[in-house]
Amino acid sequence: MKTNVAILSAGAVSILFILALAIGCTGTVPGGNETPNATTTAPAAGANVLKIATTTSLENTGLLAELERVYENETGMDLQFIAQGTGQSLDTARRGDVDLVLVHAPALEQQFIDEGYGIDPRCIAYNYFIIVGPKEDPAGIKNMSAVEAFRAIYIAGTNKTAGVVFVSRGDNSGTHAQEKALWKEAGYNYTEDILDSGAWYVEAGKGMGDTLILANEKKAYVLTDEGTYLSFADRLSLVPVITESTELMNRYSAIAVNPAKYPGVNAKGAADFINWLISDEGKQLIGDFGKAEFGKPLFVPLYAPECTQPPFNCTCAEPVPTPA
Amino acid sequence: MVNGSPVVEGFIEAINLIVTLNPQVVEITIRSLYVSLTATFFASLVALPLGALIYFYEFRGKHALVSTLQTLYALPTVIVGLIMFLLLSNIGPFGFLRLLYTPGGMIAAQTVLIIPLLMGLTVSALSGIDRDKRYTITALGASRLQTVTTVIAEARFAVMSGVLLGFGRAISEVGAVMIVGGNIRGATRVLTTAIALNTSMANYSMSIALGIILLSVALGVNVVLSLVQRR
Repeated sequence: MKTNVAILSAGAVSILFILALAIGCTGTVPGGNETPNATTTAPAAGANVLKIATTTSLENTGLLAELERVYENETGMDLQFIAQGTGQSLDTARRGDVDLVLVHAPALEQQFIDEGYGIDPRCIAYNYFIIVGPKEDPAGIKNMSAVEAFRAIYIAGTNKTAGVVFVSRGDNSGTHAQEKALWKEAGYNYTEDILDSGAWYVEAGKGMGDTLILANEKKAYVLTDEGTYLSFADRLSLVPVITESTELMNRYSAIAVNPAKYPGVNAKGAADFINWLISDEGKQLIGDFGKAEFGKPLFVPLYAPECTQPPFNCTCAEPVPTPA
Repeated sequence: MVNGSPVVEGFIEAINLIVTLNPQVVEITIRSLYVSLTATFFASLVALPLGALIYFYEFRGKHALVSTLQTLYALPTVIVGLIMFLLLSNIGPFGFLRLLYTPGGMIAAQTVLIIPLLMGLTVSALSGIDRDKRYTITALGASRLQTVTTVIAEARFAVMSGVLLGFGRAISEVGAVMIVGGNIRGATRVLTTAIALNTSMANYSMSIALGIILLSVALGVNVVLSLVQRR
């Protein structure tokens, strides 16, 4: 009987040991499996992969695929875009999981830089957020400014006016940040007045394209960047209701992850790519994107000295220093 | 694209994408198979011996362990994704491997996801062998090792179906690979994440094409499964 107990406990211990080993293995074995590829895909090993966290609005327009195609042909650098909301992208960069971010929320960007995670910010291009909605315009916001329109939608929505629905990204993205700023300017407290204030306010929790499709199904108002709307317009019955309100300027920036925080990042690759984006070639490519397909460019590249003046107030021309 | 039935049009375009071997579709399909097959291989390597150990050894808490494994059959893929993301992230304990946003990381995530399933199914496969048969084998004077090998040989088809089920779960999941892989075009995009993305971009025909392929893979697994079980 005693020996039985000994055997049992020995067995249990060995199972625990194997389990521990197995947990270790699952982390390392596939890694071993990847070693043949390590020179080509692992950012730590290769200087020829650049991981970029970016916004869904850029990915959904197809601009990133175009940039990737041209840049990869020219330099052989493998650009890998991970499309997330701006908030999540900045957080991914804070963890050192990417080399660079391409985002559009100036306040969040400044915070990211102030915390020491981001260096060498360069503004690249801008376009406008627009408010799109059903043709019938049930809240009657046409010809209003963006802030007035938000106020009108809130009043109509909370009064349960038929057909007034507003779809929010609800995902802490750059567009969502802009929406919250507009609610604030309109005099509302986002968490107290807007959230859970009724069926008129719908949080999608998805990317820009998904949110537009959802808003289209619900015949709702939605705040969107112009680029994504134009590239989706042929699949939507929603029409632009408010455009080019100065409150709706949407600026895109590239920021490198600070190699002093994360020595493993591809700092040289990031610097080279930012410098390419702000070069005349990069700007022309961005400025021409969508002209043929949509009849107007989706993004307007920023040039000095315009970019250093209000409302932009950013750096767009000076090349960033390239680490050795 | 709004006019006409998007389903019918999408379907026709989808067939076109498949029969013309659209390079993007082919690439994504191959990557999907590579990731999930490799994950199934590693998971089997770990889970089958462990499952056998659990079956052949009597120990306290065995019942609880098997119940736990069976509960983990339903392990939500997003939770595996979240945990693996935190482990593999640069500031996580395994960050030095630089596996986040690589196929290697996706393989690791799917491996973890299906290990409990494979272990549990191995235990049930072996339990499926008649106890009398096992006693008979022993009674006939077989050594312990001979007993073990005979029982395993008897149960091999049942174990095989477990492995196929594990593969099916791996290739059809989207939560873990989306979080750990990041759905990077040309690097970590697989069938399921590509379907999610293309749907969000309203490229329904591409989604349908990839969906058809994913279903065909599942069908293939099922055919193999029924062939195995018929023996």
